[in-house]
Amino acid sequence: MSESMKIPTMAEMTASGEQPEVLFWVGCMGSFDDRAKKITKAFAKLLIKSNVKFAVLGAEESCTGDPAKRAGNEFLYQMQAFANVQVLNGYEVKRIVTSCPHCFNILKNEYPELGGNYEVIHHTQFLQRLLNEGRLEVKGGSFKGKRITFHDPCYLGRANGEYEAPREVLAKLDAELTEMKRCKDRGLCCGAGGAQMFKEAEKGDKEVNVERTEDVLEVKPDIVAAGCPFCNTMMTDGVKHFNKESEIEVKDIAELIAEAADL
Amino acid sequence: MISNIVFIILLGITSFLFIRRIREIRSNINLGRDLDLSDNKSRRWKTMARVALGQSKMTVRPFAGIMHIFIYAGFVLINLEMLEIFIDGAFGTHRVFYPLLGSSLYHTLIGFFEILAFLVLFACVAFLIRRNIGRIQRFSGKEMTSWPKSDANIILIVESILMIVLLTMNAADSVLFSLEDAAVIAAGHNQYTNIAFTDFFWISGIIANMLPSNVETLYMIERACWWIHIVGVFGFLIYIPYSKHLHIFLAFPNTYYSRLEPIGEVGNLEAVKKEVELMMDPNQDPFAASAPDADAVPQRFGAKDVNDLSWKQLMDSYSCTECGRCTSECPANQTGKLLSPRKIMMDTRDRLEEHGKNLKSGDEDAKSLLGDYISPEELWACTTCNACVQACPVNINPLSIIVDLRRFLVMEESAAPNELNTMFTNVENNGAPWQFAQADRGNWTEEMDKTGSG
Repeated sequence: MSESMKIPTMAEMTASGEQPEVLFWVGCMGSFDDRAKKITKAFAKLLIKSNVKFAVLGAEESCTGDPAKRAGNEFLYQMQAFANVQVLNGYEVKRIVTSCPHCFNILKNEYPELGGNYEVIHHTQFLQRLLNEGRLEVKGGSFKGKRITFHDPCYLGRANGEYEAPREVLAKLDAELTEMKRCKDRGLCCGAGGAQMFKEAEKGDKEVNVERTEDVLEVKPDIVAAGCPFCNTMMTDGVKHFNKESEIEVKDIAELIAEAADL
Repeated sequence: MISNIVFIILLGITSFLFIRRIREIRSNINLGRDLDLSDNKSRRWKTMARVALGQSKMTVRPFAGIMHIFIYAGFVLINLEMLEIFIDGAFGTHRVFYPLLGSSLYHTLIGFFEILAFLVLFACVAFLIRRNIGRIQRFSGKEMTSWPKSDANIILIVESILMIVLLTMNAADSVLFSLEDAAVIAAGHNQYTNIAFTDFFWISGIIANMLPSNVETLYMIERACWWIHIVGVFGFLIYIPYSKHLHIFLAFPNTYYSRLEPIGEVGNLEAVKKEVELMMDPNQDPFAASAPDADAVPQRFGAKDVNDLSWKQLMDSYSCTECGRCTSECPANQTGKLLSPRKIMMDTRDRLEEHGKNLKSGDEDAKSLLGDYISPEELWACTTCNACVQACPVNINPLSIIVDLRRFLVMEESAAPNELNTMFTNVENNGAPWQFAQADRGNWTEEMDKTGSG
């Protein structure tokens, strides 16, 4: 098993004269955060199981600059972007899949103007394709009877209009999908965007993730499905705030699909 | 004859004041930075047709959306009747379209307008009740001071009055037409005999049944209503461009010039791009650039005041109707933070008005949008979730102003909150917002290798 788990870097792949089908852009959180690393690994396992020839940048990957840009530091963002575009173009990368909607949004929308033109796919979209093409098969048995609600990440949903891919993937689990009263283009933010993740919230009555978790509790799910490592953290904290962690799990869609695929 | 002259003079004064104010607004909007939005014409027309003409974003909230469509449809279509009123006013005719259209078509048209007028009246009253008695959170809020509140009420009350007098005018008119011609001619009002009405109009018929049959009284009612209506319309026209009600015109250009990119895209600052290329691209020759113009004022990074914003952002501010849908969807606002996207728009407009006046009178003030109107605390509360952008029925983008003001705070003033400065340093040194070594980025792959499961 461990043999097949070897994930090549772009450097290794290029050295052996190969090109991957897709580059997996892991993102900072997916690389370093213990909780988010589980999502990264789950998605990597799904790629392996689906026989997708993929590579990562490894130590050559660097922050896309998104938190800097949203916080107003355009300089730092463009420096990051410049360096990343050099690396990506150097490897002649054509397609990128990423499990972070912030990376997804910025690579897809902001990088082209800076010379980085790639087909950028969010991991839920990629999973949707793999499932539709029959490259990946899951049996939803273990999720039968469970209630799942999907929390739309702002940078996948509103920012890029993708509401269906994550829902279509979740539908494969044979679970009971339930929508929160605020969903899709009216979905409430988890509170982490715009670099809020890295600072204390401004003075107010309440944390945004607590407000959002109230929406979650209203629909009484067994699982909150997330599609963003930032949302995942915020929702996990929100569920803990209400001491509901024994009743409600917060899981990324990739983790749920990996579970259903017995990985 | 005198009434024609009075009408034409009033029309002249109204046109003069209206055009003067529109030109003032136009020149204020033009104080913004250049932005080329002349591309994608067909997509722009379609967006305008869908969002402004088709009110597609209004109906997200069905009650307010449908009520608004009543008022909107009434406003647009009753203007066809206004055309007749204008011609009658200027030439002293009376119901000039009647002979042109023929009795049954005219009757149907006026009847249709009356139904619209009734729906407008109904919606205005419903809105007045909602605003003043209903407890709707988005109609309060700290930016909803006395002027924005009375502005909304003035508009709704004037519109209601206009509809009431329009219907009463039709009622009095139709009773006059239904009277024996001889009696009307005897009273000297020949113009009220050129129409042979068999029925009253659909809605005003209800009022008509309550009116007296005295020719002189009916005449007075009809004339009074006609004049109240037209003076009301003129007054309204002068008032609109000073009011949030300006959206009835600006909704169209503002949606035409909507951002067509995915709303998650902020856009790259061109000035920064040049600097970064000079710094990082070895092929760039810093001496190849032409000598800078000695008189040129270097452009600020980001925005401190209204003239640092683009003309589209300024047009956004004038298009704002202060409906507060943005603020009610804002996660920061809902959790008690200081930020309100509506306030961002209102502040931008108010500061622009002030700035425009200062330019005209020649005295400058030391004020700016950032600091005197919008505080950093408001800006740092934003999660850039785009809920405000999504919610706006006329495609205003409050987030772009928030980001531009943040850019100024960070790049010109180095005034980011401390934790964000730490994040910047980490991104710069470690390629991640936390203090992890970039070399360790791929460690998770080894973890997978070791355990075989992760």
